Amino acid sequence: MTDWPILSLVIFLPTIGALFVFLVRGDARIVARNARMTALWTSLITFVLSLGIWIDFDTSTAAFQFVERADWIPILGASYHLGVDGISMLFVILSTFLTPLCVLASWEAIQTRVKEYMIAFLLLETFMVGMFCALDFVLFYIFFEGVLIPMFLIIGVWGGANRVYAAFKFFLYTLTGSVLMLVAIMVIYFDAETTDIVELLRLGFDPDLQIWLWLAFFASFAVKVPMWPVHTWLPDAHVEAPTAGSVILAGILLKMGAYGFLRFSLPMLPVASDFFAPLIFTLSVIAIVYTSLVALAQEDMKKLIAYSSVAHMGFVTIGIFTVRTQGVEGAIVQMLSHGVISAALFLCVGVVYDRLHSREISRYGGLVHRMPVYAAVFMVFMLGSVGLPGTSGFVGEFLVLVGAFQVNTWLALLATTGIVLGAAYMLYLYRRVIFGELTKEDLKTMTDLSRREIAIFAPLVAATLWMGVWPEPFLDVMHASVANLIENYEVALRAADAVTVAGR
Amino acid sequence: MTDALPELTLILPELILVCGGMALLMVGAFTGDRSYHSVSWVSVLVILGAGVAASATTEPRTTLFGDQFVVDAFGHFMKWLVFIGSALAIVMSFGYNRRERIGRPEYPILIVFATLGMSMMISANDLISLYVGLELQSLALYVIAAFRRDSARSSEAGLKYFVLGALSSGMLLYGCSMVYGFAGSTGFETLAGLFSRADAAPEIGVVVGLVFVIAGLAFKISAVPFHMWTPDVYQGAPTPVTAFFAIAPKVAAMALFVRVLVGPFFDLFQQWQQIVVFIAILSMILGALAAIWQTNIKRLLAYSSIGHVGFALVGLAAGSTDGVRGVAIYMAVYLVMTAGTFCCVLAMRQNGRMVENLTDLAGLSRNAPLMALALAIFMFSMAGIPPLAGFFSKLYVFLAAVDAGLYTLAVIGVLTSVISAFYYLRIVKIMYFDEPAEAFDKPMGRSLAAIVAVSSVLVVAFIAFQTPIVRAAEVAAAVLFFS
Repeated sequence: MTDWPILSLVIFLPTIGALFVFLVRGDARIVARNARMTALWTSLITFVLSLGIWIDFDTSTAAFQFVERADWIPILGASYHLGVDGISMLFVILSTFLTPLCVLASWEAIQTRVKEYMIAFLLLETFMVGMFCALDFVLFYIFFEGVLIPMFLIIGVWGGANRVYAAFKFFLYTLTGSVLMLVAIMVIYFDAETTDIVELLRLGFDPDLQIWLWLAFFASFAVKVPMWPVHTWLPDAHVEAPTAGSVILAGILLKMGAYGFLRFSLPMLPVASDFFAPLIFTLSVIAIVYTSLVALAQEDMKKLIAYSSVAHMGFVTIGIFTVRTQGVEGAIVQMLSHGVISAALFLCVGVVYDRLHSREISRYGGLVHRMPVYAAVFMVFMLGSVGLPGTSGFVGEFLVLVGAFQVNTWLALLATTGIVLGAAYMLYLYRRVIFGELTKEDLKTMTDLSRREIAIFAPLVAATLWMGVWPEPFLDVMHASVANLIENYEVALRAADAVTVAGR
Repeated sequence: MTDALPELTLILPELILVCGGMALLMVGAFTGDRSYHSVSWVSVLVILGAGVAASATTEPRTTLFGDQFVVDAFGHFMKWLVFIGSALAIVMSFGYNRRERIGRPEYPILIVFATLGMSMMISANDLISLYVGLELQSLALYVIAAFRRDSARSSEAGLKYFVLGALSSGMLLYGCSMVYGFAGSTGFETLAGLFSRADAAPEIGVVVGLVFVIAGLAFKISAVPFHMWTPDVYQGAPTPVTAFFAIAPKVAAMALFVRVLVGPFFDLFQQWQQIVVFIAILSMILGALAAIWQTNIKRLLAYSSIGHVGFALVGLAAGSTDGVRGVAIYMAVYLVMTAGTFCCVLAMRQNGRMVENLTDLAGLSRNAPLMALALAIFMFSMAGIPPLAGFFSKLYVFLAAVDAGLYTLAVIGVLTSVISAFYYLRIVKIMYFDEPAEAFDKPMGRSLAAIVAVSSVLVVAFIAFQTPIVRAAEVAAAVLFFS
């Protein structure tokens, strides 16, 4: 391991890049070009740096690695404490991986206020990576909430026609959930007298208190995931956000809620998690079945993919709360896979949207005749989303279902219907957009993917297939941490049972 | 009391303000309007000099003049905030007063006298000195509110403020006399001793008196249900005066509120806690809801300040060191955010006229990107979104509330902060999402720009450099709980 603070570098390098972009002055066109270049290079360097974390990562331990610690607010006992383990490390990579692609995807699509746009994206990257690395509750909360500001601006300034409504809905929904979590964090602070996550993971809370804390965390994370019935902000936000905004929303922001369940709800509040698991399963199954059916009826491509995201995240929450090795690892893989695939699907929509400025499915048809490369790329991600073996989607969903089967066969059965429905709406979408006769006049002049677009999709295709064919490098990273998580969970549950029995 | 001189060094800040104010009054009276500029600058120096003097005395808690007056760390902290607020108010008014041709030396001089009154309020250790300080402050404020004599709005604001202010002073005085009648003393220390000895419930007369005192003070900090004057006065008064009202007198009145409740009446905590919780909840809810429908930015900021007072009172409701620390931090952050915001409001001019409608901000992010950025930072901060300073100020008061077991209050508080986020976001939306309206006159003025720049940097950097101010607030809070 190197001595220099690699996590801080990865977190704050984008901020420094944003400062540089901020300082760019001069003619509007030159400013725009310089802003794009600065943002691209900053995010690329950040990505390369973050790969260093993966390379140096020690897969044999469940402990936090690359730990950095400095005093921050001594009065609260809050410290600047960073570190990654097998659960969070891959999300750091995912965040740094998607950001340069977003910058590239916005290269031509964003023509107004490019400078502010790039600043917003770079700050967003800081907050996202910081959130996955934070090992202090106050720090975590700041990164968790800080995401709202740039995302609000991205949706509101560069979004579609109904962007103001979508931006407000996104902001206020997530903020409402988060402030309840803040109260829970304060209660934890007074109960445990620390905000350090590593220490809190070792402590146990009183079971009665756990229920309340769990509900407060649930309010925050369920909105972020999003779980049915608080998912309604997501289709609006996705539809109105610019393409790159949707990519980050689907790719990273949705993972923040599930990450929260995994990092806080399960290990810190095991008794309550056990108690509420049926609730989670019920909501997740409803989400999977209901939103899949809703997706089937959509006329707007982005909305369809947005609803499919809710369904896929339903698998994630099921996997997490099975608390079986396969289930939890499957949930993490599913999150990574969904981060890549849904991001790519939004980019696919962005490609045709840039050309025709419409997301209506019925406006398209027969694109395969004009855009063969595009059709092939779209197919990879469409099949990945369906969960075809050989793509990353299969690995995640399969592991989750194995986990779910151990808990409850009915659960597994109902969840599996989601895969069938998923195949239905994705194939239906694909058929309507790509196949068929090329009858519409304005489609006949559509051009295939440009070199820039191929450069965006190539790494995404590679990642999807790599995770699908040989997922071991990813699973290898998380084995130790997940095993440790499950072991602690079971120990805590047994201890709580013993107390109840003794109490009788 | 034989040796009076050492005591005088402890009230050096007040002495500087008195002498400076009177000397400037003479200068102003004999030279007339042309000395406006020089008198203003000297007033700023006088106020800052008082601030330096306040920080120079590092003695622990001392009472003076037969326990009428107290000098302690809490007083220093709050006085610093008040002095900064007053000095900023004078600096902010330069451009405005010059353009509107109301630049008269009385303006800074009245602010100096108001500041003196606030300083005495903060240091009051007796119901009588409390009243004297409060009235000195209020009388100066009534005049300043109506400072723009030829504007009907401004005169109306001044009159309204005067009538309602006199009513509240009356209630306060009535409450003081009840307390005196039933407890037999006006000194804070004596009262505290009396109440701490009483084993049984306090006499009903004292409680009634306490309620009247709280009502009078709640008026001064414009907490619901004594807030009615705030929107009208904010809107009617000239903008720099509004900026002044929003900062220094609020801080001073809040300091006085805290000192009265945790000082002499601390042992009546049972009695006053429910009142404070009640007015905190009402203020937060009204501040959040009523602001949503405002179209005038000064009116909106009035409701926003009502909401902020509610949040600060959450800390007081906890009745602990942490709570008072939270109040102190809250007021400090509030001062910075409000000063910056009002500088932006002062820069809202089109073709030489002041404009005050929210819609006039439309598309500001393209016409004046830096000003829009600063105002957006202040708005996000006021909404309490991390990583900005406003988040931490809320965090500290809610921490105290949770520690005191006031979970309901904390939950209502955070939920109202979400509601209030809506109208702060609306301002951001107007600046960033809407198509540009007519651009504002440029430049905004060097002093305004400097204040905006400094305060926005402070709001952003608070996350990293908050320890000194939190420590100072902690020391300030601890001294109130000496017994």
